[in-house]
Amino acid sequence: MTHFSAMSLLKNALTGHKNWREQWPDSQPKAEYDVVIVGAGGHGLGAAYYLARQHGITRVAVIDKGWLGGGNTGRNTTIVRSNYLYDESARLYDHALDLWDDLSQELNYNVMYSKRGVMMLAHNVHDVQSFQRHIHSNRLNGVDNRWLTPEQAKAFCPPLDISARRRYPVMGAALQMRAGTARHDAVAWGYARGAAARGVDIVQNCAVTAIRRGPDGAVIGVETSRGFIKARKVAVSAAGNTSVVLQSAGLRMPLESYPLQALVSEPVKPIFPCVVMSNSVHAYISQSDKGELVIGSGTDQYVSYSQRGGLPLIEHTVAAICEVFPIFRRMRMLRKWGGIVDVTPDRSPILGKLPVPGLYVNCGWGTGGFKATPGAGHLLAWTVAKDEPHPINAPFTLERFTTGRLIDEAAAAAVAH
Amino acid sequence: MLLIHCPYCEETLPEAEFAYAGEAHIARPADPMALSDEEWRDFLFIRSNPRGTHFERWRHLHGCGRFFNAVRDTVTDKFQMTYKAGLPRPDLSAMKEAAE
Ligand SMILES: Cc1cc2nc3c(=O)[nH]c(=O)nc-3n(C[C@H](O)[C@H](O)[C@H](O)COP(=O)(O)OP(=O)(O)OC[C@H]3O[C@@H](n4cnc5c(N)ncnc54)[C@H](O)[C@@H]3O)c2cc1C
Ligand SMILES: [Zn+2]
Repeated sequence: MTHFSAMSLLKNALTGHKNWREQWPDSQPKAEYDVVIVGAGGHGLGAAYYLARQHGITRVAVIDKGWLGGGNTGRNTTIVRSNYLYDESARLYDHALDLWDDLSQELNYNVMYSKRGVMMLAHNVHDVQSFQRHIHSNRLNGVDNRWLTPEQAKAFCPPLDISARRRYPVMGAALQMRAGTARHDAVAWGYARGAAARGVDIVQNCAVTAIRRGPDGAVIGVETSRGFIKARKVAVSAAGNTSVVLQSAGLRMPLESYPLQALVSEPVKPIFPCVVMSNSVHAYISQSDKGELVIGSGTDQYVSYSQRGGLPLIEHTVAAICEVFPIFRRMRMLRKWGGIVDVTPDRSPILGKLPVPGLYVNCGWGTGGFKATPGAGHLLAWTVAKDEPHPINAPFTLERFTTGRLIDEAAAAAVAH
Repeated sequence: MLLIHCPYCEETLPEAEFAYAGEAHIARPADPMALSDEEWRDFLFIRSNPRGTHFERWRHLHGCGRFFNAVRDTVTDKFQMTYKAGLPRPDLSAMKEAAE
């Protein structure tokens, strides 16, 4: 693996950038591995990286039906934050934020994590009360989050219109300074490169069609479009397709898959310094380093695997943006796309062991799992390596839907992201 | 935009008039006190979430207001049929044979 540095950049600049070598091989599947990870999104690749790096398990394959990072990892609006309400969630997401902090150094790959701050706008009394409750609870958990008056919000994000005549007046905002954005593709590529350098096979264009179990019920491997692959441990990290993959192991999941869309504008000069989320108007916006406004939409109301999403959502989203940021009314939008997100009833992920020996799952991140990528990878690797959950992901079991110990971020936030 | 046929109004109308209401044919427990935790889990939380044919409920919210069921392909989003609430799950293979 070539080490990236200012020196290597300079050297390659002098030779016209013609001598960069491929960062990881396009591996062919072998007959057997110690661990097979289904899904080469950021989470699956991250798990492979930490399995090799922290647990010395390198006979690992990450298998994807498409290309690596082509799922939700490459389709999301890259908002990274950790100000969730419940203790379990605060620990889970803050753990990921801690890893984001020096991920670029860890991977020797610039993931462009930018702590530009995520500001959530309060437009009514309910918003104010619920955000302040979040802030208090976050503080008790040592999670960064603070309250801003409308004037402070305006100072932090000048394009904001805080005049009282607006249909959705800004009554204040919650700001997490540690939060921000990161380059989604770079996260997948950085983990892929780091994992491959430690011996992990990344197998693309290979769909897992079934999980095979032996006579004792334990996992023996996966059936794929390129043949059977033997493995005593299989970790499924397939986001929107989790229900389908796990059904072949005889499991029915508390998941529903919905299209979630995003869109970007034409690139413009820097105008938007942070991330703003307006949950009650449903507007999520930031500006990429390329200059595009990156706008998150909502999920379609119906279950779907279309990976496209309906136009009414886009119309609604654009209307919301124009309402909250009238200065963007004449911006032109360039592209829109969709990803399929796997949603649990309590809007918290499921990360841990399944009732099938040798089978592990990381799913249910729904509309908001990009922010958790390093954390989910790290915790999934731990769970697979030790065959038991790390204390941070221990509450995020499948069994909580039987015992009733839900981690109900859905009720807490009533929003996505 | 999906076009959805309301079996009560007998009209095909834009999605904006309708509200999705989750998977269909999940029967409310007849004797709730007798249910085990696993049965409650299955009733409340487990969903089939198939990649393909899905039986689902819709409500003609901005129309007649009534609930009905639909059969839709979750990959193409194409509706195969809609039918009134209370009718049994249609036998799709029989329908296919009849059509052939
Ligand atoms: C439009 C949009 C905006 C979003 N915005 C945000 C945001 O701002 N902040 C945030 O935190 N989160 C956001 N999310 C959610 C976030 O993208 C996901 O939670 C996260 O990326 C999930 O990562 P993953 O690695 O688990 O999944 P993915 O990247 O989807 O990886 C799963 C992989 O599994 C593969 N796979 C599936 N089935 C099979 C099979 N049978 N065999 C082999 N491979 C298979 C897929 O091809 C895919 O590559 C957004 C999502 C979308 C769609
Ligand atoms: Zn009707």
